[in-house]
Amino acid sequence: MPPAEFTSYYGRPILKPPVWTWEIAAYLFTGGLAAGSSLLAAGGQLTGRAEVRRAGRLAALAAVTASAGLLVKDLGRPDRFHHMLRVAKPTSPMSVGTWILTGYGPAAGLAAVAEVAPLLPTRGPLGLARRALPSVGRVAGLAAAVTAPALGTYTAVLLADTAVPSWHEAYADLPFVFAGSALASGAGVGLLAVPPAQAGPARRLAVAGAGLELFGAHRVENRLGLLGEPYRTGRPGRLLRAGRALTVAGVAGAVLGRRSRLVSAVSGAALLAASVATRFGVFHAGVASARDPKYTVLPQRARLDRRAAEPDR
Amino acid sequence: MADPPHRPTAPAQSSLPAADPAAGAGWVDAPPRMGFFTDTSVCIGCKACEVACKEWNGVPTSGLDLLGMSYDNTGALTANSWRHVAFVEQPRPAGHGTAPVAGNPTGGPAGPASVARSADTVTPTGTEPEVLPGEPPAAARTTEFLGMPAAGPPGRTGSAEGRSDFRWLMMSDVCKHCTRAGCLDVCPTGALFRTEFGTVVVQEDICNGCGYCVSACPYGVIDRRVDDGRVWKCTLCYDRIGAGLTPACAQACPTESIQYGPLDELRERAAVRVATLRERGETQARLYGHDPDDGVGGDGAFFLLLDEPEVYGLPPDPQVTTRDLPAMWRRAGLAALAMTAAAVGAFLGGRR
Repeated sequence: MPPAEFTSYYGRPILKPPVWTWEIAAYLFTGGLAAGSSLLAAGGQLTGRAEVRRAGRLAALAAVTASAGLLVKDLGRPDRFHHMLRVAKPTSPMSVGTWILTGYGPAAGLAAVAEVAPLLPTRGPLGLARRALPSVGRVAGLAAAVTAPALGTYTAVLLADTAVPSWHEAYADLPFVFAGSALASGAGVGLLAVPPAQAGPARRLAVAGAGLELFGAHRVENRLGLLGEPYRTGRPGRLLRAGRALTVAGVAGAVLGRRSRLVSAVSGAALLAASVATRFGVFHAGVASARDPKYTVLPQRARLDRRAAEPDR
Repeated sequence: MADPPHRPTAPAQSSLPAADPAAGAGWVDAPPRMGFFTDTSVCIGCKACEVACKEWNGVPTSGLDLLGMSYDNTGALTANSWRHVAFVEQPRPAGHGTAPVAGNPTGGPAGPASVARSADTVTPTGTEPEVLPGEPPAAARTTEFLGMPAAGPPGRTGSAEGRSDFRWLMMSDVCKHCTRAGCLDVCPTGALFRTEFGTVVVQEDICNGCGYCVSACPYGVIDRRVDDGRVWKCTLCYDRIGAGLTPACAQACPTESIQYGPLDELRERAAVRVATLRERGETQARLYGHDPDDGVGGDGAFFLLLDEPEVYGLPPDPQVTTRDLPAMWRRAGLAALAMTAAAVGAFLGGRR
């Protein structure tokens, strides 16, 4: 642990705190929810679980629509959102994410639209659509599921590829937190929307997602030294503890209450709430680390000292 | 003037060659890389640079804001302040005499062309700044709040006995125009670009205010303007230098604290200046941002400081965040695989 004493310019922050507001934290959740739901839907599609498939596809469309709205709303110039499509830049995770969403969004949308096929009339042009849509939905559903893991994890790179100390230094573990949180929220949709008899995969998904998330979060909080502090203290600390408690409760409820529709649904809701809390916790921990100059100065001082101690560098 | 340089054909990316960022961004026959050398040892805190920058670039007012911490009421570089004069007040032990020395305040063998360019004069002017000998005690290294500024400077009581000793460090901060610029790397619209002079500039008609650059800057420079929604920062007066003029702040600086010129020349001049100051006993004098091997590949705007960088509100060891980007994508790829495996396992792993 570096010494707690440091010098600053009247205690003012060195970095600019992120200008991103709650929309981005909420998008971390909705983007992950879309990814988890699409994986759930594809699993349901491939294993013949129609209710799992339908719930997953509809949740994915709702989540990706909310995502797009949140992302545009957070821009300083929302009317220029399409400027994101001018370039494709591998050095910019936001550009990469734009293109992931551009591929994923229409696929998830088509897959969800295909679910209305049984409601269409059997004759006329709409009858044609009724016959064509299920095939279109199958292809689109698989396309969405193929891009979903990228959608669920790139947001970790989005945060880590900044000068924000507690985000940047967590780059090795944040993707696992976000992947786990995305799976758990997708599982939450399954537990909420599907009768317990069909919810076996969602229960197993909840266990796997929670495991990944708790593993990643434990490392983020405990392996970063001083930069883990914002994840453990203040509002972000409270949010992350709440997220962990809700995750544990949700998984326990899903596994132990597997015969009860009510307990399963409550567990699903707990997993969704856990994902929200975790995402907001990670978001605010980064903001806190950018606001306090000690998180900028002390780790950089320690790095300089280490370099000075190595004769070769 | 020579032929205008060709426009870049490839998308601008800063993270490739460190030595010549303009060539790395695809410019052919680019002019020499231009930059600032800000010698804080001769800064008198007049803020002419702040004013000249605002006037030339039409930067909106930041409003009347008394921060109550020093003579600095600008506070930081923001979307509405592209130069920021920091005032550091440090208590120092009594007993230092003042020893003004006549001579060229910028010191060193500057080329006549660059001197003329930076200050429109080839005549040595001004006096040496007060240079305090010796290693300052640890206690004196801390920035200290010495009360609200009064009409006179703190420490002046009217009599020699009641006078406390302190020093002022003044420094005109600015965008560093990094060789490896995080803001430029992460910009998702291409609004930020590398100019033929090796500087980093925002295209205001492209920026959609996503704010990514704000979080990516290791110096906390680039900033989003609240009522406008777009990001703004120093352009190194792209319009002026393109026409062969000196940037407004350097033009206005009365002590040649802000020097503008080809970066190679500025680095040579700075090395001579810091050697001179150390020779005269200012052991804390050091250059900041001059090293092409530092975490951002060296700054296009670098500084001579008289104390640790963090005393002035600068990060001691900034690094461009995209340096670790390949490793980040690898970890995300691994997590994405784990996600896929978990989903497959969940559907194949049981009967119900």
